[in-house]
Amino acid sequence: MSLSSNHLLGLHEVPKEDIQLILDTAKTFREVLERPIKKVPTLQGKTILNLFYENSTRTRLSFELAEKRLSADTMNFSKSGSSAAKGESFKDTVLNIEAMKVDMIVVRHESAGIPKYLTQISDANIINAGDGRHEHPTQALLDMYSIREKMGKLEGLKVCIVGDIAHSRVALSNIYGLQAMGAKVSVCGPSTMIPWQLESLGVKIYNNIDKAMEESDVLNVLRIQLERDAGVLIPSVREYHNYYGITTERIEKNNPDILIMHPGPINRGVELSSEVADGSSQIILNQVTNGVAIRMAVLYLLGTRSE
Amino acid sequence: MDIKAKVIDSVGLDRTTTRLAHEIIEHNKGSENIVLIGMRTRGEFLANRIQEKIAAIENKKPDLGILDATLYRDDFRTRLKQPEVSVTDISFDLTEKDVILIDDVLYTGRTVRAALDAIVDLGRPNTIQFCVLVDRGHREMPITADYVGKNIPTSINEEVKVKMIEIDDEDAVYLVETEHD
Repeated sequence: MSLSSNHLLGLHEVPKEDIQLILDTAKTFREVLERPIKKVPTLQGKTILNLFYENSTRTRLSFELAEKRLSADTMNFSKSGSSAAKGESFKDTVLNIEAMKVDMIVVRHESAGIPKYLTQISDANIINAGDGRHEHPTQALLDMYSIREKMGKLEGLKVCIVGDIAHSRVALSNIYGLQAMGAKVSVCGPSTMIPWQLESLGVKIYNNIDKAMEESDVLNVLRIQLERDAGVLIPSVREYHNYYGITTERIEKNNPDILIMHPGPINRGVELSSEVADGSSQIILNQVTNGVAIRMAVLYLLGTRSE
Repeated sequence: MDIKAKVIDSVGLDRTTTRLAHEIIEHNKGSENIVLIGMRTRGEFLANRIQEKIAAIENKKPDLGILDATLYRDDFRTRLKQPEVSVTDISFDLTEKDVILIDDVLYTGRTVRAALDAIVDLGRPNTIQFCVLVDRGHREMPITADYVGKNIPTSINEEVKVKMIEIDDEDAVYLVETEHD
């Protein structure tokens, strides 16, 4: 079994078999992470470039760790401190780095479509680590892995994504991926944060968080992205918390068995109360651990893929 | 693929695993310190059976783990097909143990090389011993087995097919002719 593509640009139209293969392969790597020596020699000799044009802690460290645990050589590019500040174009930057012989590129960029563009100018395997408001496939994969680990399946589960859907690449990748795996996906948030076109994807829209919680098995709670002007979409952070914040009271009242997820970083007291963020319903740190395994699986499957 | 000969039948397979279990116990002067590691896929079933045999002789079941050495293979760059990886399941500490690594067929020795690397990453055993059902020759690495069920001299164009009732429809070992380009 191999993946059907040389790249992971998003989960849109990715076949179910590919997602299944990535999730199953990640299980192998999850076990590697529990070993005393958490490293395997599989990608020895491969060079991987982490091309990060946007800030990131979790994703960048997670990819870097995954690469190192597969024994690949890694290079890190970040926009600040690079020649991008001297006016070099994106294309020239990439071509110059690629001339140093790179096998795979992990890219994060504020513009949607950059990973796809990279496939046209580079021979490397391209992995999207988040492009604009478009997709963030490895985050959705690790979310699906974490749900499957906890609930035993994905098919038929009702997953509700809560928050600023309009600005979220995590939401879109989750919708594509979860639907491919047979889960029912809904979204919940204030109307200003929900693109109405989502209905055409077969996504149910809630504006009432209590109703959404009653009718869902899993809540994937997104961060209110104040750095992306989310502030203009809601009257205040406090009001958002009153209407959409997940609290212990809401969990107890609406659905005590609900599973709470969050891709991080958390705004405590905004989308999640501090109590919930540390409580027994959430699996936020499991998601982080699983993220390394998922990224190892993707790197392995692309890096050793035969034509 | 033509079957040339049935080299071991189900009765023979049972006798052979019994003998291997006795040899392992004899060599290690008991089963106190030994742990078994079966290599996916058929080595796992063989290890299961040897575990049962040792338990019957010694009244104590040695620990059994399953190893998938795919990630340690040396042929990722040359193979045409991407190998499938599955989970390694070894829930005990290997430190200071006598590890009996078990596989169905010993051929080039490359899989064993990969398995040795994998085991060393899991801990530091006292010894690693290798037990195999069939040794068919043609080694490409300086590796030999400590316990051998049967030596079957083969040509490059032949293949040894081990069938085990756990995933096949019978217990048997066949010598088959393969078509090489």
